[in-house]
Amino acid sequence: MRNKSEENGMGGQIQEAGAERARIPVLKTYKIYVDGKFPRTESGRYFQFKSPAGGWSANLCECSRKDFRDAVTAARGAFAKWSKATPFNRGQILYRVAEMLEGRKAQFVEELLHQGLTRAQAESEVAASVDRLVYYAGWTDKFQQVFSAVNPVASSYFNFSVLEPTGVVAVLAPEESSLLGLVSCVAPVIAGGNSCVVLASSRLPLCAVTLGEVLNSSDVPGGVVNILTGFRKELLAQFSSHMDVNGVLYCGDSAEEIRKVQTDAALNVKRVSLQPEQDWAKAEAQGPYPILAFQEVKTTWHPIGN
Amino acid sequence: MYTLTPVDQVGIEERIARLNARSIKKEAKLEALKLALSMLDLTTLDSKDTPGKVKQLCAKAIRPCEAMPELPSVAAVCVYPNLVRVAKKALQGHRINVAAVATAFPSGMSSLKFRLEETRWAVNEGADEIDMVVSRGKFLAGEYDAVADEISAVKEACGKAHLKVILETGELSTLDNVRLASDIAILAGADFIKTSTGKIQPAATLPVTLVMLQAIRDHYYRTGKVIGMKPAGGIATAKLALQYLVMVRETLGETWLHPDRFRFGASTLANDLLRQIVKEKTGVYQSLDYFSKD
Amino acid sequence: MKTKKSLAKEEAAPRLNFKTSWTYQPALESTAPARIAGRYELFIGGKFVAPAGGKYFPTINPATESKLSEVAEAGEKDVDQAVRAARAAKEGAWGRMPAKERGKYLFRIARMIQERSRELVVTETLDGGKPIRESRMVDIPLAANHFFYYAGWADKLEYAFPARRARPVGVAGQIIPWNFPLLMAAWKIAPALAAGNTVVLKPAETTPLSALKLAEIIQEADLPPGVVNVITGAGATGAALVAHPGIDKVAFTGSTEVGKNIQKAIAGSGKRCTLELGGKSAHIIFEDAALDQAVEGIVDGIFFNQGHVCCAGSRLFVQESVAKQVIRRLRDRMETLIVGDPLDKNTDIGAINSKPQLEKIESYVKAGLAEGASCYQPECALPKKGYFHRPVLFTDVAQSHRVSQEEIFGPVLAIQTFRTIEEVVEKANNTPYGLAGGVWSDKGAKVFSVTSQLRAGVVWANTYNKFDPTSPFGGYKESGLGREGGLHGLAPYLELS
Repeated sequence: MRNKSEENGMGGQIQEAGAERARIPVLKTYKIYVDGKFPRTESGRYFQFKSPAGGWSANLCECSRKDFRDAVTAARGAFAKWSKATPFNRGQILYRVAEMLEGRKAQFVEELLHQGLTRAQAESEVAASVDRLVYYAGWTDKFQQVFSAVNPVASSYFNFSVLEPTGVVAVLAPEESSLLGLVSCVAPVIAGGNSCVVLASSRLPLCAVTLGEVLNSSDVPGGVVNILTGFRKELLAQFSSHMDVNGVLYCGDSAEEIRKVQTDAALNVKRVSLQPEQDWAKAEAQGPYPILAFQEVKTTWHPIGN
Repeated sequence: MYTLTPVDQVGIEERIARLNARSIKKEAKLEALKLALSMLDLTTLDSKDTPGKVKQLCAKAIRPCEAMPELPSVAAVCVYPNLVRVAKKALQGHRINVAAVATAFPSGMSSLKFRLEETRWAVNEGADEIDMVVSRGKFLAGEYDAVADEISAVKEACGKAHLKVILETGELSTLDNVRLASDIAILAGADFIKTSTGKIQPAATLPVTLVMLQAIRDHYYRTGKVIGMKPAGGIATAKLALQYLVMVRETLGETWLHPDRFRFGASTLANDLLRQIVKEKTGVYQSLDYFSKD
Repeated sequence: MKTKKSLAKEEAAPRLNFKTSWTYQPALESTAPARIAGRYELFIGGKFVAPAGGKYFPTINPATESKLSEVAEAGEKDVDQAVRAARAAKEGAWGRMPAKERGKYLFRIARMIQERSRELVVTETLDGGKPIRESRMVDIPLAANHFFYYAGWADKLEYAFPARRARPVGVAGQIIPWNFPLLMAAWKIAPALAAGNTVVLKPAETTPLSALKLAEIIQEADLPPGVVNVITGAGATGAALVAHPGIDKVAFTGSTEVGKNIQKAIAGSGKRCTLELGGKSAHIIFEDAALDQAVEGIVDGIFFNQGHVCCAGSRLFVQESVAKQVIRRLRDRMETLIVGDPLDKNTDIGAINSKPQLEKIESYVKAGLAEGASCYQPECALPKKGYFHRPVLFTDVAQSHRVSQEEIFGPVLAIQTFRTIEEVVEKANNTPYGLAGGVWSDKGAKVFSVTSQLRAGVVWANTYNKFDPTSPFGGYKESGLGREGGLHGLAPYLELS
């Protein structure tokens, strides 16, 4: 549709101006996504992504500890409302994210091509990512039914255990799966009512920033998902040690990094979930259990009497 | 308007369980058995009651056990109004009260005029205490002011006689109602509040009594006035009586551990108390065959 | 609503007199059923064995300060032996055993605890100082019930986790505290065994006896050697167990400080971990509550087990309009609490578990006074010997005071008042802990609104300090990781694939 209107309007004018010169494409600025806005890193630093095939590059924010701090503040602020949103509502919003992603398929495919995938691989990854969002959209109002419990205590009490979100989760997203891995990690965290701060893959960062745009245009309240770009080496210790972070989702296989995350987690008894690098397209990469990784069981007692 | 004081049934039952875990042994037990005996309203409320039976009961009230003259007398004898005179005569010279159930006992299903007249007549016959019944129908219909007005009217009819107000808790359905009825009766002028007529099951229970004691305590907190308590019906064993005393002790304390403030309405309890007293004294378990059934 | 005037009037109202002429006499339980031996060895590989280092430490009765027995101190060698025995059992008889047979062993242990309950009840009270009433009515029956509950899970695990295959994690190293010695052992061992694991259990150094008696029961029940190993010792023994490369999972109940050290110690090791840690739980009384039952709840919440309860309702929030009424009732109720010999069936508050713990409580009471809080304690006589402490109420407490921030683990209650729901929820959640909470209101809608806003793993509404094997227990935030009890208590002991 857009192409057509361009042809009928401005596009035509450009062609008239000089046929020997192609249109200058408008390049996207890859900013970070914090608190529902798209700021640049406070540090003013950036790093360059170069497409492996060459000929295309982009500048990305090299986030600092202060960016992370701001993102945690945003996530903490968003948690109160998001955790209390009805599961139905969260499902609707996640489905809306899927719809928006589907609608912007082309952009993600293009970015995945820049990041070195074949068109077939890229299209398949975007499709799988949309489907994964739909999958978790469907879980939001069901995992509670499957995993909560009414406990038959031996006294005159009604006793039940429900799941409640852990809080603010720091996500160290997969390095090797730019979109599907990211979606597979973030979707269960927010489906369960948590808010999160994500460090995107530093090697393949493009889709993460664009996913932020998708989230922003699809009713996910600002601050629920915050996406930073930069380097693990610098930010891992911040992600694992911040005292207002309740959980860490670590994706990767570095024994050293895992040890660091788990050591720092002890500072405030963070919940740590580990995900190895994997083929995120496989069926086992999804399920209710990733949601449960950041759920707390709350048991309530109430007397039964007159 | 009355303030509703909510009561949680499960919480009350747990408190009872905790109180019942108190272990009362040896001298503490003996002392409590004697105290319970002195708190008895020895009761006979059968339509086949005769003057002869009432006289026997009075003899037992004065001296519960021939073999143990050192034991205290009971607090009162409780009879129908037409036997008040008999009891009064039999108890002459002893500090034992005569209580009469009045106000169309046990149902209360009569005109107020008749019930007041019956009260005055019983007092005239010599009753020291009047055990009245409240109109449960009116209470359950929410006509609290009417219930209170009736109690006030009976209180006035009592003159010098003490008024015990029977709530008939077995018909009140919930502990919230027991609490509300207690508050109404206390504010309307009851000297004692009493659980039951003994004609309806369940009669007195520990949970109901605890709720009533709490109403009494709150009135005391507010006004400093001491209202008495009488559980009646269904208290047949010494063990149960001791559980009541533990409850009184830990809810209201010293002031209420006295026959002027706490009574047991019972008929068969006396003999079990006596049996346990003898057992405590001799160390030998006793048979009821050795205690007179009056 | 009460006016200020009527509140003042209530305060001035006459006090009840609980110094009654009729009182209870001490009703002492006999110590004979405890049958405590002069010395206890380590239970490793199905046998009671002497520690490699030949060292023993005394365990004393905190109510009398006299020595009850001496207990082997497990060193690194012993820890290693125990872990090896557990591993061998896991790879051997226990690992191969059909699940339903495993379950039958647990049923058998449950029954034997019931059979030897009197012995265990008296032992628990002698070794730990808790009132015999609580040992008899709470600790020992719940311990037996816990085995009974998990026994039935052994051959039904495939129903617990949809679409996953559940396998045992392996060897579990379990460290338990001194406040509920046998019950905590049951909380640890029963789900681990039901799930097919083997265990090395380290009881607390001040209360090792009931766990050693449980070891006797396990031996008598003819469990294959090495399925359960009990090694006694202090912190060093626990640290050696946590650090041992042969364990696959750590389960710890105790202080948040030690819990964090454990989490740190096993970082990167691949060992799994559940932690049940400290708390400073908020207990909230709204003006529309059943106040008398709320007062009972407050008493159970803070004075149960001398306040040595991780989920104790140690921060009381009372709505301002009923604060004076509640505090007066509470003070009168405290007048009837009997503090003294734990063996007396009438004792409500027994001995503080150890001298260091008593000193810790005393220092907090001093701190509370120094910070300007008002203190109330009933006048009750304390035994001359032993570690005892009167129950304490602090009023005029600020959120910033140490007595309302830090876990005291004693019979000390810090009371604050509040006006609005928003205010009390905010104060209740204003803590790094998140173990438990209590809410009292007769209004159902308010109850569920507030219970769902509390960031805590166990919330008691119109009750407090209730426990059941089917009911998951555990904390949010720094109060722990994972759950114990119920279906959710199985997960930490299973590898899902």
